[in-house]
Amino acid sequence: MHRYIIKRILMMIPVLLAVSFVVYFLMDLAPGDIISSMAPQDATEAEIEMMREELGLNGTLMERYFRYMKGLIKGDLGMSLSLKRPVAECFFQRFPATLKLAFASIIVTLLISIPLGIAAATHHRSVLDGVSMVTALLGVSMPAFWLGLLLILALSLKLKLFPSGGSGGIEYIILPALTLGAGNAGHMTRITRSSMLDVIRQDYLRTARAKGVSEKQVIRKHALKNALIPIINVFGTTFGNSLGGAVAIETVFAWPGVGRLTVSAINNRDMTLATGCIIMFTIFMNVTMLLVDIAYAYADPRIKAQYSN
Amino acid sequence: MSQTETTKDLVLDLENLNVRFETEDGICYAVNGLDMKIERGKAIGLVGETGAGKTTTALSLLRLVPDPPGVVECDKMVINGHDMLNISIKELEKIRGKDISMIFQDPMTALNPVFTVGDQIAESIMLHEGVSMADAQRKAIDMLELVGIPGERAGEYPHEFSGGMKQRVVIAIALACHPQLLIADEPTTALDVTIQAQVLDLMRNLRQQYQTSLIMITHDLGIVAEVCDDVAVMYGGNIVEEGTLEDVFNHTLHPYTEGLFNSLPNINDRKAKLTPIRGLMLDPMDMPPGCPFSPRCPYADEKCDEPQVKKYVSETHAIRCCAYERPGFHIDRKER
Amino acid sequence: MDNTNRISLDEYKKYKKRSLAADVWHNYKKSPSAMVGLVLIVIIIILAIAAQVIYNYEVDIVQQDLSQRFIAPNSEHIFGTDQYGRDVLTRVLYGAKYSLAVGIVSVAISCVIGATLGLIAGYYGSVTENIIMRFCDIFMGIPSVLLGIAIMSAFGQSLLVLMLAVGLVYMSAFARTARSAVLPVREQEYIEAAKVAGVSDLKIIFSHVLPNSLSPIIVQVTMGVANGILTASFLSFLGLGVPVPAPEWGAMLSSARQYIRDYSYLTNFPGLAIMITVLAFNLMGDGLRDALDPKLKQ
Repeated sequence: MHRYIIKRILMMIPVLLAVSFVVYFLMDLAPGDIISSMAPQDATEAEIEMMREELGLNGTLMERYFRYMKGLIKGDLGMSLSLKRPVAECFFQRFPATLKLAFASIIVTLLISIPLGIAAATHHRSVLDGVSMVTALLGVSMPAFWLGLLLILALSLKLKLFPSGGSGGIEYIILPALTLGAGNAGHMTRITRSSMLDVIRQDYLRTARAKGVSEKQVIRKHALKNALIPIINVFGTTFGNSLGGAVAIETVFAWPGVGRLTVSAINNRDMTLATGCIIMFTIFMNVTMLLVDIAYAYADPRIKAQYSN
Repeated sequence: MSQTETTKDLVLDLENLNVRFETEDGICYAVNGLDMKIERGKAIGLVGETGAGKTTTALSLLRLVPDPPGVVECDKMVINGHDMLNISIKELEKIRGKDISMIFQDPMTALNPVFTVGDQIAESIMLHEGVSMADAQRKAIDMLELVGIPGERAGEYPHEFSGGMKQRVVIAIALACHPQLLIADEPTTALDVTIQAQVLDLMRNLRQQYQTSLIMITHDLGIVAEVCDDVAVMYGGNIVEEGTLEDVFNHTLHPYTEGLFNSLPNINDRKAKLTPIRGLMLDPMDMPPGCPFSPRCPYADEKCDEPQVKKYVSETHAIRCCAYERPGFHIDRKER
Repeated sequence: MDNTNRISLDEYKKYKKRSLAADVWHNYKKSPSAMVGLVLIVIIIILAIAAQVIYNYEVDIVQQDLSQRFIAPNSEHIFGTDQYGRDVLTRVLYGAKYSLAVGIVSVAISCVIGATLGLIAGYYGSVTENIIMRFCDIFMGIPSVLLGIAIMSAFGQSLLVLMLAVGLVYMSAFARTARSAVLPVREQEYIEAAKVAGVSDLKIIFSHVLPNSLSPIIVQVTMGVANGILTASFLSFLGLGVPVPAPEWGAMLSSARQYIRDYSYLTNFPGLAIMITVLAFNLMGDGLRDALDPKLKQ
């Protein structure tokens, strides 16, 4: 078990290095040279070269990348051109908001999808099953940003229940969390249902019935515990998806998280800020996913048993 | 199985059981008018090839045939004094596991992977004996030891056991509340030959200990000879020949039973050719109106196209076949 | 065996196996929802092609007519007109080509690259597999929207880059699917037999491994089109996809957003168009999965 965890942590390091390199490389390709926009009109070649050196933008791609990563470890991601503040500071100021939104949305997702998926599976081919599957499919097919706009229109502009955007009290998080959570719930409901359908066919449920276990207990005790395994197994990924989704949906609700920061950085051609945000967010997402996986492996003897095999 | 049956102490009294599965592709007639009576303490072997309806018969006794697509119809089904046809779900749950229980064919899939084996045995005890969790756990450990598994392994999960050990656990679950009728559905098919013998021994001992009646479903005639008192041979969803071991093994009358015996390998003459039953297994979607075996039967004539009725040739020996009444008919049993 | 076991030619024809494609079609058409998906896709494709033929991009799609601004849906403008007085229905119909093109081309890119990588990884195993799958982990490790944003800002906004970006985002998913589809096939004896017979690896992969692991890849292709359309429209929504004034649905939603308070119909139609298209591909994917996997049928 410990060996497994250590192995996973060690295996993540090269992936994180590679991921950050890919992002750095891509953002380096982006048009728009900071120096030419910062330097005075009449600057000489030599002056520009000096500025480059000062900002750490000289040398080959690899040199710059390693310098960047060295800075990253020390917590220095450079200065944001548009906000005139260190990138790391901007990122950590915004990251909690994204994390909060991801958490809230995952609660919405689980509250909708698990009961719905189980009800659909246990009433296989009934009206209930049909309705929940159509709903889930619509959820999967609906662009989250459009759902967000519709919710703003209905719940905020028409019914005036919640603010349409921004941040503050709990009322501000409800719409974005509902949008993101409902969108992910479509997918999760389908997973839950098919996992439950799989379990319902298993011989061991027949064994339980043959013992005299009541139908309710067969479903709630014997089937559910098995059906949740694949869902728990992908919980880390689900959380990662919620984080990724949060980044995407923030723009719609003017939620002050990393996603909105990144998009506005790109619109302002502030590549230092955008690069820092994407790399840091990716690292945090991967680490969080790993931590969730490990935490579950510890908490759950069944998954623990899987790993020790 | 004779006229005096009403006075006997029957654990199972089953009359005219019909089971069909209504699927998209057509109706599959799995069991067709089967009767079966078992006296207390007796063991009957239910023999036949795959698809003969043995497991479906067993599942209908527990009322566990999946519905839909399964439809079960029956004139009479009394198990240990309970009329299984007019009974509430609640009462049914009390009977399952207590009066009748079943050992399933595949021990690999019959145990729930997320509960410890101890919990799975204890659950049955808790449900039927109204004892506390702790007492049920203690009894579960006793049951494990009874089937030859050290009690301290009660806290382990099924994946930590081998196939033979799992089958012992399944047996322990089935016997936990000392049922009056035990159905064993090919309990040894999934096991190694050496383990098979151990499991059969175990079942025989436990049965003697608790006076349990047994339906042993198998296609292995050797197991029947070893464990059972009576034999019922199934084909096409019905019993085609039944009687005591002596009746069926030594005074075989039905051509299908003959075919079963002749297709056994002969251990004394290894050069002897196997004689398979010719033709393919019956398609239960497309049942012939008469004897289901007639398309494959070497003795078949036009009389076989009419429905066959059960006829007693002795107190204990019954058969569904018209051929034996013909003059000069005799079964061709190879000598061994 | 004697004559009684012979079957007649008619019976043989009855039992003769249908070809795989015919078999899949036989199963597929049994599902009404799958047929709805297929019919929707055909309709959308026909409409997209018809819109290209009927409308002139310069005149009907982008030309502004400020006298006709914000006309609510009526009999002349069924979907109304936008903030520049352009007919929304015309733009939505014309815009179908962007979503279809991005969805289909990006899936082609991710499928060809991803599935090939996955096949190779699954077939050769060991070090090759490790290198390829770790490479794919890199792309899986970046949230898809952020990866899309990074690629779009690296290569600039255009339809072609958008296709490439979405294709790269989903490449790893194809590699994983293909690999796990190959793993069980790899162990089969006919692969062993082909190797012993001296068939080249390339030929084994394409004539034995690929056909037997095709089902999950086909399903992923349909689902991939659906996801691709969603991701592409989102990038356009953020202003990083197809540049304005092209009537891409995500971009239309984005520009309609600021008028949501007063002219909410502007957000409804592009959103509906995206949803119906994505839904159609999802329905088809579900239908194909059930048709290809007889185990899932009950």
